[in-house]
Amino acid sequence: MASRTRMRWRFRQPSVIPGFGLALGVTLTWLTLIVLIPIAGLLWRSSGLGWSKFIALTLDERTVNALTISFGTAFIAAIVNLVFGVVLAWVLVRYRFPGKRVIDAMVDLPFALPTAVAGIALTTLYAPNGWIGAVLEPLGIKIAFTPAGIIVALVFVGLPFVVRTVQPIMEEIDKEVEEAAATLGANRFQTISRVLLPGLLPAGLTGFALAFARGVGEYGSVIFIAGNLPYVSEIAPLLIVIRLEEFNYPAATAIAAVMLLLSFIMLLVINMIQAWSRRRYGHGS
Amino acid sequence: MSSNKLAGMLKLALVVGSLQLGSIGLAQADTTILNVSYDPTRELYKDINAAFAEKWAADTGETVMIQTSHGGSGKQARSVIDGLAADVVTLALEADIDAIAAATGKIPADWKSRLANNSAPYTSTIVFLVRKGNPKGIKDWGDLIRDDIQVITPNPKTSGGARWNFLAAWAWARAANNGDEAKAQAYVSELFKHVPVLDTGARGATTTFVQRGLGDVLLAWENEAYLSLDELGPDNFDIVTPSISIKAEPPVALVDGNVDSKGTRKVAEAYLDYLYSDAGQKIVAKHYYRPFKPEAADPEDAARFPEVKLVTIADFGGWKEAQPKFFADGGIFDQIYKPGR
Repeated sequence: MASRTRMRWRFRQPSVIPGFGLALGVTLTWLTLIVLIPIAGLLWRSSGLGWSKFIALTLDERTVNALTISFGTAFIAAIVNLVFGVVLAWVLVRYRFPGKRVIDAMVDLPFALPTAVAGIALTTLYAPNGWIGAVLEPLGIKIAFTPAGIIVALVFVGLPFVVRTVQPIMEEIDKEVEEAAATLGANRFQTISRVLLPGLLPAGLTGFALAFARGVGEYGSVIFIAGNLPYVSEIAPLLIVIRLEEFNYPAATAIAAVMLLLSFIMLLVINMIQAWSRRRYGHGS
Repeated sequence: MSSNKLAGMLKLALVVGSLQLGSIGLAQADTTILNVSYDPTRELYKDINAAFAEKWAADTGETVMIQTSHGGSGKQARSVIDGLAADVVTLALEADIDAIAAATGKIPADWKSRLANNSAPYTSTIVFLVRKGNPKGIKDWGDLIRDDIQVITPNPKTSGGARWNFLAAWAWARAANNGDEAKAQAYVSELFKHVPVLDTGARGATTTFVQRGLGDVLLAWENEAYLSLDELGPDNFDIVTPSISIKAEPPVALVDGNVDSKGTRKVAEAYLDYLYSDAGQKIVAKHYYRPFKPEAADPEDAARFPEVKLVTIADFGGWKEAQPKFFADGGIFDQIYKPGR
């Protein structure tokens, strides 16, 4: 640990593999082309507004509502994905059962499926006359065309992120660790909460952050199931599209810039918690 | 790599790309023009394009290939603004063409007066699609705010067609209340309380009504409503024509800036004129659009359009006035959805 802290401030990490200069150059160029220039373009467009107008646009009640809905539903969906994604990954890593490979492959489906297809499929299922909707409707539960529908769509598109980031870390944990905990007198709950989960926390947080980020920006699957009612189930990306339909490019980019800023702050916080937990529990480093 | 070589490779890539796009026709076509249109005209322009290409070949001996791009009207307008090289645009709303004219200067500001009938070779109107037998007995706009009625319409913010729906409802309420605009606004506000879902486009709203079984009435373009009957069978739905509706005028325009740089002005102009010709009008009526010249349509096609009292966008002061008043940020539609109302 001590040697790592010292080296952190050295620009060039020694490595047995040569080519650091070239690799870093390619990395920076690529990152600039693919990420920095588009984002700079976005900020540049919204900067034409001036501060007072920018603030007024982003503090507009409708915008605040849409942002709350987008970030709120994405957060809930990411929590759901964190819990069930970890369970799913655990089952896939630790147990052997028929059909395991099929389930393993199915986890990636939300990555591959066009989001609009997912949205239409989910809406068909959860609409009042759909298979699931028809069962829930008599119970007074409405999923499609409410914020709950947005969460369902976001859980769907975010699932693989948690499973796929946690899975490899779980595979690294030796069964002996659990056995050692047991021989030292830990009960099952203690084994899970004190031994297994802390080691999985950084990876789980990464998965959570990815699922959350995906959920915030998700458009295609959501607009079919959301109902899109202003102040109720109108997500921020839809509000951006609405501003574009009004040919109001500055307002659209202003909302986009706020989303970018909020996402960046949240990802940064999650990253810091991650770094902290890695230092605290120090798995794999 | 020299810049010449690079340009050559780019050209090759473009040729290969466009060959794939244009499939067979492009290879031997003398000219290619691009018609950027909106969603429900897919079937109409397929027929128009084939008929026009045939006529052009017969008249001039040249072959012409017409590519058509479809999508939401506003989105299509933005594509043209962002550089899509459309020769002609055939959109759902005048406001969309105005936006292109204002943003690019490729279309003159007075484009609307360049062709007959405000540059609208065909019109349509807004009707109600109801479930078979009209179980809720919906006859007119006033029924739509009854407690037991749910209405399906797309979001006027994202759908050009939905703006016609909105104005048609407004026109009825205004007439029913002797021109009282405040009462008209109260009616439309109430109407949107009966809308459980705001789809982003007309086809999405049709799906919600038809496939998901949501709502008792769908506000739809007349041509879309008839198309739904053709597609889904007349056993499931009926069309109800209200006492007052609006004359929806989807306009067409030549994109001067593009045709002059591509050298396609002559054929693009002829293409738009063809829409007004007897042959073009006949095809228009076949696709359930109301032709500008009804006498050119087949009599049985013309008979399909019921008489209805139609207001026009001019009754709202034209799109230049109506667009900001009703649909802009903070306009009447936004006020309807203000919380606490």
